[in-house]
Amino acid sequence: MDDVNLLKLAKTDAHEETARIMQICNACRYCEGFCAVFPAMERRRLFDVGDTAFLANLCHHCGACYHACQYAPPHEFAVNVPRTLAERREESYRQFAWPGPLAGLFDRNGLVVAMAITACLSLAVGLMLAMISPDLFWGVHLGEGAFYVIMPHNVMAGIPMVICSFVLVSFVMGWRRYWQASDAQWGGMPAFMDAVQATATMRNLGGDSSGNGAGCPGADDRNSLARRYFHHLTFYGFMLCFASTSMGTIYHYVFGREAPYGYFELPVVLGTVGGVMLCIGTAGLWHLKRKMEPAVRTLTSLGMDYAFIWLLFWVSATGLILLALRESSYMGLTLAIHLGLVYAFFLVLPFSKFVHGLYRFAALLADAGEKRRSAV
Amino acid sequence: MYTDNDNRVSEPQSAAISDVDRLWDILVIGAGNAGLCAAITAAEAGCSVLVLEAATRDMRGGNTRHTRNLRAMHEAPTDVLTDAYSFEEYYDDLMRVTRGITNEHLASLTLEKSAELTSWLGARGVRFQPALSGTLNLGRTNAFFLGGGRALLNSLCRHAEGLGVELVYETPVDELVMDDGFCEGVRLESGQMIRAKKVITTAGGFEANLEWLAEGWGDPAKNFLVRGTPYNTGTILKSLLDHGAKPVGELDQCHAVAIDARAPKYDGGIASRIDGVPFGMVLNRDGKRFYDEGEDFWPKRYAIWGRLVAGQPDQIAYAILDSVGVKRFMPSVFTPIQDDTIEGLAGQLGLDPAAARLAVDEFNAACPEGPIDQSVLDGQATSGLTPEKTNWAAPVAVPPYFGFPLRPGITFTYMGVEVNDQAQILMADGKPSANLFAAGEIMAGNVLGQGYLAGIGMTIGAVFGRIAGEEASRLLNRPSIS
Repeated sequence: MDDVNLLKLAKTDAHEETARIMQICNACRYCEGFCAVFPAMERRRLFDVGDTAFLANLCHHCGACYHACQYAPPHEFAVNVPRTLAERREESYRQFAWPGPLAGLFDRNGLVVAMAITACLSLAVGLMLAMISPDLFWGVHLGEGAFYVIMPHNVMAGIPMVICSFVLVSFVMGWRRYWQASDAQWGGMPAFMDAVQATATMRNLGGDSSGNGAGCPGADDRNSLARRYFHHLTFYGFMLCFASTSMGTIYHYVFGREAPYGYFELPVVLGTVGGVMLCIGTAGLWHLKRKMEPAVRTLTSLGMDYAFIWLLFWVSATGLILLALRESSYMGLTLAIHLGLVYAFFLVLPFSKFVHGLYRFAALLADAGEKRRSAV
Repeated sequence: MYTDNDNRVSEPQSAAISDVDRLWDILVIGAGNAGLCAAITAAEAGCSVLVLEAATRDMRGGNTRHTRNLRAMHEAPTDVLTDAYSFEEYYDDLMRVTRGITNEHLASLTLEKSAELTSWLGARGVRFQPALSGTLNLGRTNAFFLGGGRALLNSLCRHAEGLGVELVYETPVDELVMDDGFCEGVRLESGQMIRAKKVITTAGGFEANLEWLAEGWGDPAKNFLVRGTPYNTGTILKSLLDHGAKPVGELDQCHAVAIDARAPKYDGGIASRIDGVPFGMVLNRDGKRFYDEGEDFWPKRYAIWGRLVAGQPDQIAYAILDSVGVKRFMPSVFTPIQDDTIEGLAGQLGLDPAAARLAVDEFNAACPEGPIDQSVLDGQATSGLTPEKTNWAAPVAVPPYFGFPLRPGITFTYMGVEVNDQAQILMADGKPSANLFAAGEIMAGNVLGQGYLAGIGMTIGAVFGRIAGEEASRLLNRPSIS
């Protein structure tokens, strides 16, 4: 990997501030019951650039430790763990992004996403209008293959296939760079299962790493599990939509059946349930982010966070609208908008908030391994 | 006192008292652990309760902010405590550290009532770390607040406000207004008079009042660092004593540990602690050793080192370690001062390099052969030194060398007011005051005359806070329901 780039970025302000704060936290340790960040910190004495990236990506940004902190501002130690780790985390996305020259897309990420949406919408609508007559575009199409009257299947599916290949390579490279920089080690299958469990349950996002916490703070020091539940809706909703697409592919290639499928067929049921969950989940996360304690949020990451949440919301919402309107003359337009948003979503994936899942899982995996090695 | 590093704090910091002319059932002075336990108990009994807090909302709660656990008796494992900790064992521990300087009746009462605390607090929103995950091997005797004392304060304040308790910040009380042993109310610093039928004083000790400390300690007090809250200036304690309350405890008794001299003057809390003393040597300003660094395990000895450093010239000392010793203890908040030579390190610390070199050479020559074992009292002692180092003596010989400057760091004071088992303040004639109560650090000296037992301060505060709230309500014919 290009170590030079990482070294160049090593001593950033966000890293230095993380290291400063972790040294204070490591002499206090009152927060060790909250989440995985603090026990991981306790396994270290010094905080190098890989360590700060690792700890930052373990953090769910819940804010519990800020409200509990005896050294939070106005104390002169000015400890603000959630905000500092969020800034370091956001910076780590740039440091590990592949291809490196595109890392700048994380800056002004809201604008980047908006531009991607505009471009993809234009592409989808433009393609359709170029390929078919307005009569067909505004026509009513029923039965199998109705969507493909508007856009041939190989175009509709081919575009995301090309994008996804790039996305996959980018993820693999990003993971690799992060893994090497943070000096992480594979901890075996038990560690892997532990990390999967932590991901699936979000047990660290509850203000108590045992998973039995009463939640973590939202707007004030009051605890709530709302954020965990909205994230579950988003995460599992996304998984259902993924399953829906996979089922559709199987229907198409294995059973030789073309979309659209009936309302009670598997691809539609999965997609509908997933889409509704995604809409509720993303709207909830947006609402909670707006109410977040101002002292712990990072202003710089808001654009990235909101852009991703809203893109995900509208991808899901337009999918549901398409379902509702697919037998009307608006099917062409709705399909174009939905496809445009889906293409935009995949296109920006490696340069969006989505990567938090990649690095969070990598950090949980490394943490699970570390925990096992240090317990011996 | 504080730097304003963050102007993005959303919460308004202060609010005025809703009705200054009201005659409150209960007035609580101080929104720490003891005060909140008293306020909640009284509010649950149906009393109108006003809590006056000197600090801002961010800095509320006195020394409770810096605490982490409470010590609780239990006969069997609980969800937050392992194994068992019997009354007898707890009592023996207390007698050992206080060397019998305690009110045995109040001590027994504290220990007995400590058994209810975790469930009582838990039912009022306080979360504890699950048993077994606590550090410092205290998981058996002490229940750890999830997130520490400030998280406990957040829960209790929220709960109290939910019960209708009025909590007002940035409202320091100037003095108690007394008439023949009866407290009419208090006068605020603003000059405003606030009246109440019963007054519960939970305003802490006077560790942040360096002039008062100097009455017991003399000039050295000016070099003390205050680990605890800067708001514990002892105004209420002084007012009580001025009005004839009976004092308990000695003026110069306090919990003082050796902390990093670079720590803030006030409010440094737990992180200012230095744990390296047993794994190196400690020199005073003149480059001389002055006490056995390896006398016992550090948790049993760290509370005497504040006093030891306070007895040295200029109240300063320096822990010197080599690169082997420095890895043997928990990292500290300040990076140690580092140099490749003893002379260089001495120069950086402001010690005479020749004197430091001599002390290290003498120390190293007196060290025994062989490795040390920090998990036991290994008996690896120096021979021929005054004083000797009786355990873990290993040469300070592998560069680079590290130094920590040490100052006495005072956590809390012991002198307070005497109370009875109903938390009523006793007057000089030994009779209880008609309507004054005390709980927490302001009366902890009744139980803890000297020495210290980790977590017992919070236990005393919560137990007597609840008693004060109950008794005050009972006297108002509002029997406590809890």
